Amino acid sequence: MAESTISQSNQGIASLAPDELETPPLTLGQLTWRRFRRHRMAIFGSVVLLLIILYAFGGMLFFSEADANRTETGARLQAPSREHLFGTDTIGRDILARTIYGGQISLIIGLTAMLVEMVLGVTIGAMAGYFGGKLDSVLMRFTEAVLIIPQIFLLLVMAKYFAQSIPNIKLIGRTFSGSVLVIIFVIAITSWPYLARIVRSQFLSVKENDFILAARATGTSTRDIIFRHILPNSTAPIIVSATLSVAAAITLEAYISFLGLGVRPPTATWGNMLEGAYNYVESAWWLWFFPGLLIALTVLGINFLGDGLRDALDPHSRAI
Amino acid sequence: MESQNLLEVKDLRTRFHIAEGTVYAVNGVSLALKEGETIAVVGESGCGKSVTMLSILGLIPIPPGEIASGEALYQGRDLLKLTESEMEHIRGKDVAMIFQDPMTALNPVLSIGRQLGEPLRVHLDMDKPAIRQRSIELLEQVGIPDPAHRLTEYPHQLSGGQRQRAMIAMSLACFPSILIADEPTTALDVTIQAQIVELVQQFREQMHMSVIWITHDLGVVAEIAERVLVMYAGFIVEEALVDDLFEDPRHPYTLALLAALPRVDRRRDRRLNSIPGAPPNLLLEPKGCPFAARCELVFDRCREEMPPLIQVAPNHHQAACWFDVTTGKPR
Repeated sequence: MAESTISQSNQGIASLAPDELETPPLTLGQLTWRRFRRHRMAIFGSVVLLLIILYAFGGMLFFSEADANRTETGARLQAPSREHLFGTDTIGRDILARTIYGGQISLIIGLTAMLVEMVLGVTIGAMAGYFGGKLDSVLMRFTEAVLIIPQIFLLLVMAKYFAQSIPNIKLIGRTFSGSVLVIIFVIAITSWPYLARIVRSQFLSVKENDFILAARATGTSTRDIIFRHILPNSTAPIIVSATLSVAAAITLEAYISFLGLGVRPPTATWGNMLEGAYNYVESAWWLWFFPGLLIALTVLGINFLGDGLRDALDPHSRAI
Repeated sequence: MESQNLLEVKDLRTRFHIAEGTVYAVNGVSLALKEGETIAVVGESGCGKSVTMLSILGLIPIPPGEIASGEALYQGRDLLKLTESEMEHIRGKDVAMIFQDPMTALNPVLSIGRQLGEPLRVHLDMDKPAIRQRSIELLEQVGIPDPAHRLTEYPHQLSGGQRQRAMIAMSLACFPSILIADEPTTALDVTIQAQIVELVQQFREQMHMSVIWITHDLGVVAEIAERVLVMYAGFIVEEALVDDLFEDPRHPYTLALLAALPRVDRRRDRRLNSIPGAPPNLLLEPKGCPFAARCELVFDRCREEMPPLIQVAPNHHQAACWFDVTTGKPR
């Protein structure tokens, strides 16, 4: 009896061997993921966003693009029914199919505009912040020049100016109106200054650190200093800003398409679907309700995701 | 017997043009470093020790900095005239540097492995498995336990002493012929200091490396250096073999520095000696001896004319003073 308790306690001690007690320390990525996971709204936003992406791209399996663009004058402005779940629009096109294909365009515009904006904003901001001096002055005055022109005004003028005749393009088995490219370009070119300023201020502070001097003393080239040392230290604000600019781009696209200067029909986007709904706000609510709901959910989801990322990526955040 | 100078700096002058005016940071520094030799550069904070070294390595931001004159000959080439990309090949490969504060000298978002691998990737063009292998060896050599595991960790997961060891491993990765150690022990506690000093000495012998050790700790100087340069306000005021300097200092500033050292054989309740006054304002163009305002032996000439650095005793013992402190009379 006594013997067994001794052996048991021995086992107890043995199981507390230092090897077993020591869990491997968490990497920065794991810490970030842990913080993100605790952020309920961010998880909610991510789920909503995932569902919308699934909707826009999975829907291709059930409806062809021809379905989305087929006009049926006999079936104009029909309320949601078994046959047309979301109803039909002013020239009898199925709104469900159009929100699916329009969603693809809206999401693609949001993402690519963000990517172009990132390339422009990060490059210009990094150059200005790192090299400073005259280059900084020139780049920042240019940035401010773009900033002081009201964005919507600039968007509309550029959209009208460039939208003359751009040929159609083929991608993922679809033919897009060339105006999609124009809109992406126009949104990116009017949105990068905000990001450039964020990146510049990041570079200004990070480059003064001792570890940058130490990296230079190791013989690291300027390019590597910028991209391998300073940029990784600035990822948090850049990622957050990039997320939010996807939402901004989707809203901007909706805005200019609503005014009739955006993506040209028959290519559907959530924005230009709203355009046709303007005259039927009261009489045919389904025209604006479904695309409007999708825009709202997407933007909401992205903003929650951005909030969550901001908290999770902040190295000063104490929450674990 | 006289071996070739590995590095020869002549009349280096570095200035910074800032909003308040011009900072005269380094005012005509000359130094020579032989192969396998350790020299120490001592002086109080802000006297231009670090700026001298950063100037040699081309790490002074220009503007606001300016290298007004001088040359730094290394293997027959003047480092001050090389282009940025030529310097990139020298930094970290031929001349490496370790910094004062290991807490801030490592990039917080990059793993130890990636930072340690950087000089290997940049200078030796090694592939990934080779870099990993060599990094593990390096960490082992500087005495970091469980090196393979450490490579995946981030700086915040290491202690101060371990980080300084990692920094040393990084600087030694490419077998440099010169190591510039910029107060590498200042931010560490005393026991770790001793370990780091010993580590650098051990590598110096193994790799037959020359070391320039910047410090304001005269205790460390006595332990490691063969020759000592005393800097004050951007000037070298005395240069001597380490024993000569401690036993027979010839510049009033060196005398005052040595008098300010705490000693084990002195009564504890006595206050430490200090040097009255403060170092001169570097924003004014130097005129006369920079130490004149704080010197007990000062006379008119000191305020008018900077004394040249001349030989005052055997063994190339040089001092820059109008006074002969051994006789108490002007030269």
